[in-house]
Amino acid sequence: MALSAVHRRRNRSILMPESQIAPAVLLRSVAITFGPKVGGYTAVQNIDLSVSPGEFIAIVGPTGCGKSTLLNASAGLLKPSDGKVEIFGVPLHGLNSRAGYLFQQDALMPWKTALQNVAVALEPKGVLRKEAEAMARDWLRRVGLAAFVDRYPHMLSGGQRKRVALAQMLIRDPEILLMDEPFGPLDAQTRQIMGNLLLELWAANRKAVLFVTHDLEEAIALADRVVVMSAGPAAGIIGEFPVPLPRPRDIAEVRLEPAFHHIHKKIWASLRTEVQKAYAQGEGATQ
Amino acid sequence: MNRLKLILLQVAVGFGFLLLWHVLTNYPILAPTRQTQFFFSTPLDVLARVWKEFASGEIWRHLWITLMETILAFAFGAGGGILFGFLFARRELLAAVFDPYIKAANALPRVVLAPIFALWFGLGIWSKVALGFTLVFFIVFFNVYQGVREVSPVVLANARMLCMNERQLLRHVYWPAALTWMFSSLHTSVGFALVGAVVGEYLGSSAGLGYKIHEAESVFDVTGVFAGMVILSIFVILIDFVVTLIERRLLVWRPAPSTNGQG
Repeated sequence: MALSAVHRRRNRSILMPESQIAPAVLLRSVAITFGPKVGGYTAVQNIDLSVSPGEFIAIVGPTGCGKSTLLNASAGLLKPSDGKVEIFGVPLHGLNSRAGYLFQQDALMPWKTALQNVAVALEPKGVLRKEAEAMARDWLRRVGLAAFVDRYPHMLSGGQRKRVALAQMLIRDPEILLMDEPFGPLDAQTRQIMGNLLLELWAANRKAVLFVTHDLEEAIALADRVVVMSAGPAAGIIGEFPVPLPRPRDIAEVRLEPAFHHIHKKIWASLRTEVQKAYAQGEGATQ
Repeated sequence: MNRLKLILLQVAVGFGFLLLWHVLTNYPILAPTRQTQFFFSTPLDVLARVWKEFASGEIWRHLWITLMETILAFAFGAGGGILFGFLFARRELLAAVFDPYIKAANALPRVVLAPIFALWFGLGIWSKVALGFTLVFFIVFFNVYQGVREVSPVVLANARMLCMNERQLLRHVYWPAALTWMFSSLHTSVGFALVGAVVGEYLGSSAGLGYKIHEAESVFDVTGVFAGMVILSIFVILIDFVVTLIERRLLVWRPAPSTNGQG
């Protein structure tokens, strides 16, 4: 870790003038259309969003509103059909190498153990195998899986697999974290535990976070700012709400505070009509 | 307890079959014993012949040759199948252009190739290896092709987000995915390698299990034919057992297979 700290400091000094002004992720009038440009399905339109370095943003919206699409555009997995994506002030071409991505589905390589899955993330950086494995061991300890390093993904529970995926993402020390309903498939208690773990790791080393979820309570409990999207097609951002709750937070306890309820009420008022709209269109909308 | 019962039942079926065979060929029930024995031999004669083959050491040479042919046919077939499966899966154009030819080649019954291979490669082991190759190649080819094409898009996207280059993707994602598919067809392809070897021997050779069976057949030695078949069965079961061991070692990461998972 000492090595990467030095690395980061040096990076910062080079990028100091730029990173102080440039947002980590900037979406400027982004539109994404699937299929032909005219007559295709427009998922999102007119998206303007800026994420500062170290800021935790949650995106909520009804099912099928294109939340994941926005994330994929920020990751470079999807090229917007219109508008611009800038990463730390630099237009994004190809994959976003400064971002880590936590998928909703299982994305671990099933043929590698937990340790191998985490260590392999360092291979593109040219870290030696021995060193990578030592660091991977350390990360698995941090996410609470010290006793499970040699297990294959199918031997782990859903929550444990998410922990491995989290370690795999964080070990590369990316400057931006993109998360697509990462705790969606988990049960309620595991979600809380994972949320607290995420906040703890994030507090130790603050990155820009874009966290997509359909769970408004989870969004408020985690984020500095909650972005609400309208129902698709051609979804847009209909509101941004700051969450001035003090940190460090405990996911379970923060929900009991009056301020939490106040914010929840305010955001839900704007979200409700969109959810009803999406519901009226039929639940079969594309995810 | 349940397992013991199953084994007992399995033994009982085999024993019952042998008993029926024995009674029908040793007592003139359906026809005079001379006739039934000429057509069906007797289980005791067959077992005695099998024992004699092994005791005299005659059979080892033939087993060795068939084994070599099987291994070589499998090695070349699997190697070629993996290479071309990868190539075609990663190069759309190549796959599209060659598609009808591959289908045509695969549709051809391989037995008709045996005389051609005998002509090209002689009556030694290589004509049998070639026959086995044509069988194994297509099985492995189609499986690897499928495996590479059907890599989970999420696993792939995740690996790409980890900034892996093409070579690293090949090594950590495509290759293991393709191997999984190949191993799922391992039993079938090893079986086909053996079929190629034995059929090749049967149609023209001077050694091997297929040759032994053919030789017995040509002098109406029914006992010899059945003895050859018994030896072949034992041989296949042993090979299958070894394949299962290899598979278990290489696919440790997979969830435990379902009980009917063998194809």
